[in-house]
Amino acid sequence: MAKITYHTHDNKTHTINVQNGLTVMEGAIQNDIPGIDADCGGGMACATCHVYVKEDWLDKLPNKEDGEEDMLDMAFEPKNNSRLSCQLIVSDELDGLEVNIPSKQG
Amino acid sequence: MNKTDVLIIGAGPTGLFCAHQLGIIGLSCEIVDNLDKAGGQCIELYPDKPIYDIPAVPECTGEELTNNLLKQIKPFNVKFHLNERVEELKKNQNRWHVKTSGGEEFDVAAIVIAGGVGSFEPRKFPVKECEKFEGISLFYSIKDKSIFKDKTISIFGGGDSALDWAIELSNTSKVNLIHRRDGFSGAESSVQKVKDLNDQGKLNLFTKYQMDSVSGDKQIETIKIKHDEGEIKEIKSDYVLGFFGLIMQLGPILDWGLNIDKKTVQVNTENFETNVQGIFAIGDICSYPGKLKLILSGFHEGALAARGCFKYAKPDEKLRFEFTTTSKAAQERLGIKK
Repeated sequence: MAKITYHTHDNKTHTINVQNGLTVMEGAIQNDIPGIDADCGGGMACATCHVYVKEDWLDKLPNKEDGEEDMLDMAFEPKNNSRLSCQLIVSDELDGLEVNIPSKQG
Repeated sequence: MNKTDVLIIGAGPTGLFCAHQLGIIGLSCEIVDNLDKAGGQCIELYPDKPIYDIPAVPECTGEELTNNLLKQIKPFNVKFHLNERVEELKKNQNRWHVKTSGGEEFDVAAIVIAGGVGSFEPRKFPVKECEKFEGISLFYSIKDKSIFKDKTISIFGGGDSALDWAIELSNTSKVNLIHRRDGFSGAESSVQKVKDLNDQGKLNLFTKYQMDSVSGDKQIETIKIKHDEGEIKEIKSDYVLGFFGLIMQLGPILDWGLNIDKKTVQVNTENFETNVQGIFAIGDICSYPGKLKLILSGFHEGALAARGCFKYAKPDEKLRFEFTTTSKAAQERLGIKK
């Protein structure tokens, strides 16, 4: 279990306990946190679960797999701290992770 | 006016197999899709990626799956209306009157929405001022490349579309290719070609830059691009092209009075009919308790929706359950000669 904090574009903060093994994307979807669409359902085939990871977490996250950066090219306003939240699998190590959800996904 | 029993919206695997099931039970159908080819997400998102969970098919690509489905529905001569988006549905007594973006009209007994996660639309620049120039000097696809001759074109993106157009237009135009990172998702040979052209001074490559602003009166005159580190460059540009792939948007489906929850349409699991009689939804776009977004689930949903359509298309007839192995009627419809 890890506490994940989602900052949504309307300046609201949602801190959720997400079970290990789920993805950061699933944590948002299951808790009705707005702004993550996840159109492809977590298959790294779209870029609509795009989030900005809080800078001090960047190095602590598992590296991007092949394909994630390609999909991020398609994201709305990608930045250096962009990740696809479907690729971030929750574990105890991610306890305290904070992500910002972009103003829109499309 | 196209008159048929059922209109299928979406030519992805689910829509294609539903057409097969309609054909088997003796109903006619036509298919509308916003893309320029059949296959839906399979063709647009992962034509070359293998799929491993189609029952009895250990491995196939999105393209192979699509081609096999097209082959499977061949006997039914299904008419496709590609590059068309369904805009409007109107109930007309017991039938539906449907209009598309290209002005095609349909008179049908039932509608099956197999629209995936909506229709594919180009992903646009996040910069607001871009809208003002869209279709004038800023484009997301190229219809007439002759307008770019001897002009300065700024192309954004790192995939095959961006690379291919940068290479092609560099023959007749001054091309700037701008991409947000050093890596590209397009073909390795194209990436090398772009780098060579850049070295030869036949194209200007800017990596780690993104669009910052566009300016101009009626036409774009200059654009500003911003480096990761914050540096801003101003470059003269007659045209801007953005190739950021496609996003899926539900679009007009939202206006049809359907129960929609999180971009999906609620259906019953008996025949996959929506809250509106005569409108069915199958595949990724439908939701019900336990829904799995798998192609195989879409096939099952399509088989049941097709049978659900029967009572609207042939209200005076009774549908009998039959197997294709033994049904003479089904085999005739499939054009099998014994």
